[in-house]
Amino acid sequence: MARQKPVDVVFIGAGLTMSIMANELTDAGLNVLALERGAWQDTSTDWSTAYDQDELRYMWRHALFEDLSRSTLTFRNDPSQTALPMRKLGSFLPGTGVGGSAIHWNGQIWRSLPADFRMRSHNLERYGASAIAEDMTIQDWPVSYEELEPYYDKFEYVFGISGKAGNLQGQIQPGGNPFEGPRRREFPNPPMTMSYAPTLFGKAAAELGHHPFPAPSANMSQAYTNPLGVKMGPCTYCGYCEKFACGNYSKAVPQTTILPALMSKANFTLKTGCEVLKINLDSERRRATGVTYVDASGQEVFQPAEIVVLSAFILNNVRLLLLSGIGQPYDIRTGQGVIGKNYAYQIMSEVNVFFEDKLTNPFLGAGALGVAVDDFNGDNFDHSGKGFIGGGYICLWTTGARPIETHPTPPGTPKWGAEWKKSVAHWYSRAVSIQCHGGVTSRRTNFLDLDPTYKDALGRPLLRMTFDFPENDKRMSAFLTDRAAEIARAMGATHVHPKGPQIPYSIVPYQTTHNTGGAIMGDDPRTSAVNRYLQSWDVSNLFVTGATTFPQNPGYNPSGTLSALAYWCADAIRSQYVKSPGPLVRA
Amino acid sequence: MVLPGFSRRRVLEAGAALGAAAPLIPTLTLRGEQPWAPNRADPPDAAEGHSYRFFTTAEAAFVEAACERIIPEDEHGPGAVKAGVPFFIDRQLDGPYGRGERWYMRGPWAKGSESQGWQSRHGPAGLYRAVIAAIDRRMRQDFRGRAFHDLRGDDQDEVLKRLEAGRLDLGGVEGKLFFETFLQNVFEGFWADPLYGGNRDMAGWKLIGFPGARYNRSDWVSRFNEPYPHPPVALVGRPDWNRS
Repeated sequence: MARQKPVDVVFIGAGLTMSIMANELTDAGLNVLALERGAWQDTSTDWSTAYDQDELRYMWRHALFEDLSRSTLTFRNDPSQTALPMRKLGSFLPGTGVGGSAIHWNGQIWRSLPADFRMRSHNLERYGASAIAEDMTIQDWPVSYEELEPYYDKFEYVFGISGKAGNLQGQIQPGGNPFEGPRRREFPNPPMTMSYAPTLFGKAAAELGHHPFPAPSANMSQAYTNPLGVKMGPCTYCGYCEKFACGNYSKAVPQTTILPALMSKANFTLKTGCEVLKINLDSERRRATGVTYVDASGQEVFQPAEIVVLSAFILNNVRLLLLSGIGQPYDIRTGQGVIGKNYAYQIMSEVNVFFEDKLTNPFLGAGALGVAVDDFNGDNFDHSGKGFIGGGYICLWTTGARPIETHPTPPGTPKWGAEWKKSVAHWYSRAVSIQCHGGVTSRRTNFLDLDPTYKDALGRPLLRMTFDFPENDKRMSAFLTDRAAEIARAMGATHVHPKGPQIPYSIVPYQTTHNTGGAIMGDDPRTSAVNRYLQSWDVSNLFVTGATTFPQNPGYNPSGTLSALAYWCADAIRSQYVKSPGPLVRA
Repeated sequence: MVLPGFSRRRVLEAGAALGAAAPLIPTLTLRGEQPWAPNRADPPDAAEGHSYRFFTTAEAAFVEAACERIIPEDEHGPGAVKAGVPFFIDRQLDGPYGRGERWYMRGPWAKGSESQGWQSRHGPAGLYRAVIAAIDRRMRQDFRGRAFHDLRGDDQDEVLKRLEAGRLDLGGVEGKLFFETFLQNVFEGFWADPLYGGNRDMAGWKLIGFPGARYNRSDWVSRFNEPYPHPPVALVGRPDWNRS
């Protein structure tokens, strides 16, 4: 096997967390290599505004997403079933190539609540043991909101987030989210220009006594130069964000925020078309010696490294840990083991709203353009007697209403035919949708492991996903949907059409790409895979990034928290690990 | 560093020659700068020609008739046939989508629950071929030798509704899955950019007032409750722009 020259740090996967961490570690003088199975891609070449706005190609023919013919996963709702391959994309849309899934996100960006980091203890303290269902395996995070706050701040300034602070150093600010944790300073950019329907939503929500605010956005509200000197342009509200790459340099993605700075450094190397097959361990299996990858010629190559960072997206991360034999795999029968444990997702519902007397023009949009209320997220409200813990945010987003995906008609309208056509012609510009974005708690029977039957193009076992929505979260989702419907009625809508999630959970309709868990962080190696610095308990020179480290999924899009954790992890590596390699936390 | 001048499609073809085991992405080592080369781009592949390449005569007759029941011509504008939807679907089935190239199509095969999604051995093209043939057989039995396209509109709708509900006995062929796929393909053909052969003259976008590929809408975001006045634009321009 060919053997490369050693590097200080090798990253597996050149996505968002690699971009964040490699930039920090190269600043500290380390020699860093990133290996990416996909291709280089960039705004001017690949996402030109001459052809970027193509709903068929990007949303439906999946041009930016993972090619399942090479690798996919198998899926079942519960352990009694046989898992079958996810043969085409649906529920979630993993990316590929440099920048990864962060290329085609909407830009909806949040901090978790302080109480989210203590979900188990907090709910036990407030509601008692009965609040935590028998099969619920939620855990406290081994890091607090206060510890992460400077890293959230750093990330938000690099990404140019547009928004209005709701809590500045403990002082509640009008116009922002009063429930958020304290932030040290304002957002780097002001809120976006708000569209019509979210404005109506905000007015109605306020009349009901809720606390609406412009949702934080990674679409630029104005031209912006970030602390790395990288420039972004103002968003033009074209409505082609989610599932698309931005051709306008106005959505924060690795290519428009960090890579121009990172790629210019002499101590950073990026290799594309290199798929990592496994993390190599020494004979005692306590230390990673590097990684083995296959390149475009089909040749296997060994890349030695002092530090290995597994940054390949949650699903690939967990699979690589299992294929490399790192950590004890979770065993559903005994409840022991940690790799694959506490897989979670997001529970989504919506209320479609129709106005006979108002033109909502839903195509005037941007990925994170909306007004939200956080009154029903986390433990922001009294859950006594409700039969569930946790929550989610409610937001009227106008993200562009591209018609193949979005052509709503009022309830009772046929799904096709002459009457349908008249209805869609009338209602398309008079309709919008309120989204309920719910958290998902961890459950004993929701987990990831290796499939016993199905293989990828290289003959290796696929990841197997066993998941259904916990009962707690179904009840929470129904509650959230009811609150959203109340706001819709207060908006004076002609038709209000609540739509709950498909039950049982189905791999078919698109929901979110907010898969979490499987290599969770904790302070006990018996119940977690990594410590508070995302360092593997088993292999101390291995760090694992991304939402895979979340013990359960709060009611927010995960990118903000996983990015803050990436900065936090990089800081631990450069200020602690490099000086004294070894475990950073005593178990 | 200047990227090699090959197109992405040729890279994929070269990779395919190496067999499924080799990644299809070129291995590049990048250091010190971001790769860029002038005039490199990755524009979409437009549908070409005028006659069907995939559909047999019988399949085309079924698809044209069925499309027009889904989206009929009316006072609001063209239906699916005039909008080019059958042609769009033909070109899609004749290409990578029809072949399920980005799908996982390895066995073993099992039926699966509704939550587990597509488990047919067929990709979209194979499914159309198998199911339309089965529908034709069913029609000749139920309607005394007549084909779907010969039926009255009401009867066609009835057949489609039964197909949609999984209540059309096709001898084990996946009728419900076909209808879901077909319905989705009709919407795609009606509303995708016209370069793919459907949404002719942007008829689908004009029906609902969607601006198409317009990229700068910032002037209109804060104009509440006003009709948006600009006609749609497609990736390769607007017919009105062609003046003689």
